Amino acid sequence: MSRAATRDPVLVRWLLITIAIAFLALFLVLPLAAVLTEALRKGADAYWRSLGGDDTLASIRLTLLVAGIAVPLNLAFGLAASWAIAKFDFAGKAWLISFIDLPFSVSPVISGLIYVLLFGAQSALGPWLIEHDVKIVFAVPGIVLATIFVTFPFVARELIPLMEEQGRDEEEAALTLGAGGLRTFWAITLPNVKWGLLYGVLLCNARAMGEFGAVSVVSGHIRGLTNTMPLHVEILYNEYDFVGAFAVASLLALLALVTLGAKTTLEWWHRDELAASGKH
Amino acid sequence: MTAKTVRVIPGFSLTLGLTIGYLSLVVLIPLAALILKAAGMTAQQWLGTLTDARVLASFRLSFGGAAIAALVNGIFGLLVAWVLVRYPFPGRKVIDAFIDLPFALPTAVAGIALTALYAPNGWIGSLLPFKVAFTPLGAIIAMIFIGVPFVVRTVEPVLQDVDAELEEAAACLGASRVQTFVRVILPSIAPALLTGISLAFARAVGEYGSIIFIAGNLPGVSEIAPLLIVTKLEQYDYVGATAIASLMLAVSFAMLLAINMLQKWNRQRLGGLS
Repeated sequence: MSRAATRDPVLVRWLLITIAIAFLALFLVLPLAAVLTEALRKGADAYWRSLGGDDTLASIRLTLLVAGIAVPLNLAFGLAASWAIAKFDFAGKAWLISFIDLPFSVSPVISGLIYVLLFGAQSALGPWLIEHDVKIVFAVPGIVLATIFVTFPFVARELIPLMEEQGRDEEEAALTLGAGGLRTFWAITLPNVKWGLLYGVLLCNARAMGEFGAVSVVSGHIRGLTNTMPLHVEILYNEYDFVGAFAVASLLALLALVTLGAKTTLEWWHRDELAASGKH
Repeated sequence: MTAKTVRVIPGFSLTLGLTIGYLSLVVLIPLAALILKAAGMTAQQWLGTLTDARVLASFRLSFGGAAIAALVNGIFGLLVAWVLVRYPFPGRKVIDAFIDLPFALPTAVAGIALTALYAPNGWIGSLLPFKVAFTPLGAIIAMIFIGVPFVVRTVEPVLQDVDAELEEAAACLGASRVQTFVRVILPSIAPALLTGISLAFARAVGEYGSIIFIAGNLPGVSEIAPLLIVTKLEQYDYVGATAIASLMLAVSFAMLLAINMLQKWNRQRLGGLS
């Protein structure tokens, strides 16, 4: 309950609420509304027609493929990293955590550039790659690598604090009672962190499907071959096919809304579970 | 506590090995490639790129615009966090969930949506007496959009923890509400607020996707530094691209260090409060 000394006058209260809502409406709600309005500007038929185009379908397939590779790899990494960091003590742990967070502070364009410098035709590896006909940059492997880089920390940074909070007692008890390492992991650790894990995977997936800058640098923009959905939005937009661009954008906006909805729902359940598990 | 602890939990070398191996392969080695490439350049190559008028203008917009956007987000983010924490009103939970939209919405989508809104014939652009889209102001609008969640999300939990008794004590001692805010509340949330502003700034400096649609990308006027990296790459000017990228990377690392120190300060502050 708020008490008299910490309560602001009604007028101040409503003024501040109004300013906050106006700011958020201007910067968050209106852009979302604009996507839907522009996508449906020429009616539902035009909307569905532009979504059914061959290049659009190819971009959707590529986006699903890239996320389908990047997310499981980062999920496996996140589990390994959080197990090592939360269940053991070792020197340099703080450094390791900082390194895991590193991709978040690098500009997306630089995330793409590093792979061009490493695997491009001008690089030290370049001639060897060309000779053996291995295409990384301006091909799907480059897109996958760039996507892995930008989504690298999501699962790990969600799991590390959660697993650290859970402690080691339950695992140690299971192991002392004779359970194997894998069985302990499946029966004890995973159920304890499952919602946090799902949460991290959701965020990782949203970013993997929506990444633009890093993927743009390594993609080469070959229609039907190396265009993900966000890159396809750019191409359609630059060709003045606004309905097409906003139609593809509306799918990505829907993905964002579903992610936010799932995230919020999880936060409500998850908070209770965390509170319960914190009461040992 | 026994002096010697026996490690019961298995899998240490396996998981740590996997972690370090994958981290090196995906993050550290590629980043090292950029740093090595930059280290191999002569001073002339560096200065030739970084003192170019077009490059300097792009830095001015990326850093200056990001600073303005971060300040706007600092003010409005604090206000939004305050309202969400202090004033229960209908729809508050929905609004709270919506704050994270810029994290979830792909930047290209945000870019074309903001352009549609702020273009001269758009919903907002047609109401304004001055041009926003296709000017540096457009770039700043996009930078504000992508920075919205940072300040709100860092200030919210700290604001929740501010002790009501401190405010009551201030009121008892005769402080007005404004005095209490400035002298009692603001100092205790200052580290979190600064952290949020720094995070928003760091994000805006490197932002690409949402800006390139709305900024108009006029060289020397509304062209951001990340776009210039892309342009140099397209012209096979790897030296130029590396010079700009390594400077931006150095700034990112410096920001990261500053943010870590701010967070340490934040924890000390919180520790002192409770």
